[in-house]
Amino acid sequence: MINNDAHLSEKLFADDIPQVPTRNGYGEGIVLAGEENPNVVALCADLTDSTRVDAFKKKFPERFIQMGVAEQNMATVAAGLGVTGKIPFISSYATFSPGRNWEQIRTTICYNDANVKIAGHHTGVSVGPDGATHQATEDIAIMRALPNMRVIVPCDAIEARKATMAAAHIWGPIYLRFAREKTPVFTTEETPFAPGRAQILWESKKPEVLIVGCGPLLYEALCAAHDLEKEKIGSIVVNCHTVKPLDERVIVDLAQRTGAVVTVEEHQVAGGLGGAVAEALARHKPTPIEFVGMRDTFGESGTPQKLLEKYGMGAKYIIAAVHKVYKRKK
Amino acid sequence: MDLLHEKTLHFLELTANRLREDVIRMVSGAGSGHIAGPLDIADIMAAMYFYVLRHDPKNPHLPERDRLVLSCGHYCPVLYAALARAGYFHIDELKTLRTLDSRLQGHPHRNALPGIETTSGPLGSGISQAAGIALAAHLDRNGSTTSARSGQASSPRGKYRVYCIASDGEHQEGNTWEGIMFAAKQNLSNLTVIVDRNNIQIDGFTERVMPLEPFSAKYESFGWHVVEVDGHNIPAFIGAIAEAHAIFEKPTVIIAHTIAGKGVSFMERDYTWHSKPFKEGEADTAIKELKESRERMVVNHENKD
Repeated sequence: MINNDAHLSEKLFADDIPQVPTRNGYGEGIVLAGEENPNVVALCADLTDSTRVDAFKKKFPERFIQMGVAEQNMATVAAGLGVTGKIPFISSYATFSPGRNWEQIRTTICYNDANVKIAGHHTGVSVGPDGATHQATEDIAIMRALPNMRVIVPCDAIEARKATMAAAHIWGPIYLRFAREKTPVFTTEETPFAPGRAQILWESKKPEVLIVGCGPLLYEALCAAHDLEKEKIGSIVVNCHTVKPLDERVIVDLAQRTGAVVTVEEHQVAGGLGGAVAEALARHKPTPIEFVGMRDTFGESGTPQKLLEKYGMGAKYIIAAVHKVYKRKK
Repeated sequence: MDLLHEKTLHFLELTANRLREDVIRMVSGAGSGHIAGPLDIADIMAAMYFYVLRHDPKNPHLPERDRLVLSCGHYCPVLYAALARAGYFHIDELKTLRTLDSRLQGHPHRNALPGIETTSGPLGSGISQAAGIALAAHLDRNGSTTSARSGQASSPRGKYRVYCIASDGEHQEGNTWEGIMFAAKQNLSNLTVIVDRNNIQIDGFTERVMPLEPFSAKYESFGWHVVEVDGHNIPAFIGAIAEAHAIFEKPTVIIAHTIAGKGVSFMERDYTWHSKPFKEGEADTAIKELKESRERMVVNHENKD
């Protein structure tokens, strides 16, 4: 059953649910953050349009800094701005930032504790035809391992806007993860968003499995929960938008209640949300767990739908994972 | 900048000599650390912390302070010595270099110690960080950003200057040239880079490991104003700083030609002293030589009077 407190879209399971890429929410969010605080500045490495920084550039041309194709310099210049009272948002494809410039982020942003926000775009295989070079599937892992870094993965365009604005309010390094493709907008303006707080989106009367997800695949998780209900398998679906710091209390609590867990992400299972949840459960409450995500492999060119199908990340695979973990419970 | 008074010069030269002795004591006491670079930059460090920089050691977070970014973080023993002698912390703390719970980390950490502007160690990221700090001043001067809380500019209208000390070897890093290109594009005239051109790096002489020449031509072609000086001639270096202040349309680089290991005869020009542990008696010999030079400086100065 849909959790009414989450105020999800009325069109949640309708065919005409509006579809918008999460990167659009980022574009709107930085403009709003820029209006709120004149210290917000935007840096971009020659991808202004596709990372949706163009609206900020138009509105605040003096606060937009074009870096050219130089992600290492973008991170280090942002570190300098961040220790001098500015709130820089740096934007590129995640394979380049925070991929290529990881050491600069480690030393000059995290260890320095500089107030820099890193927006990684074109994440997951659903980037599509550009192929594996441009499909970031390791970015959560490499950001999550860094001390002082927080990691937020918005599930739709509305949450992306809220997360971007929240990042401007929170002091310190934050990684924000966005996707290229249009995906269902299933939250609403009324849906609460609190960084660091996992949120129940779906809760059956007798839940037997906990599904923890982040990013646009959460929609698939909700579809899976909806179908499982027909099979009389009750579940809880949690939006774990903040992968770090993980809301351990809520996740461990719900894992204890259900006795089985499935994690869902468009990212490598190793080191991602699945890894984070498994670490927390191993420490507090060992629970059978199955992982939906990339399994130690690169993506390839193709349409987003076909790629998600080939790499096993749609609702049908979430249901299969639920069946598998359900059996392990007994 | 005022003309350098004879007495001021004498004080700066004595200070540089003392910084060298501090470096030998610190690194030999720690049992590890870098030596040649910190010794050869000592004259410039003395000039910066005791003459050029507008700063207040008792108020290290003063918004309008000049910033000195040490890009080559491994030079930090001489930075720590200069900060201590300038009054940022007690000089006894220098003995804690590289030990557990010390604020004097093996490579400088911004949040560990007042006076450290940025964390550094991995080479090639200092010029970009300094450019970011200089850009923040430009943004404020142009009135584009003010602090939301007070309505005041978050940095004082671009009144401060940013200096970055970089090694020559770190110009083999791509990030360095990305920063150089960026600072020129943004016309960051409040940024002055000081390159310690000592010609050595860990594996040997720079021109054999990976040639940097024609070095000044590279900077010029990237749109910088270039000044070359003898990095051990304090008046010439201060003159170069004054020249950098007079250039308002682009950033300036001061290529300071130095002798690696300067001040200790058996270390000079020997790249193996980039970083190596002292053998028995070597530190004492080096300190004795530095004390003798100091005594000669005092006698020469008194004779002039």
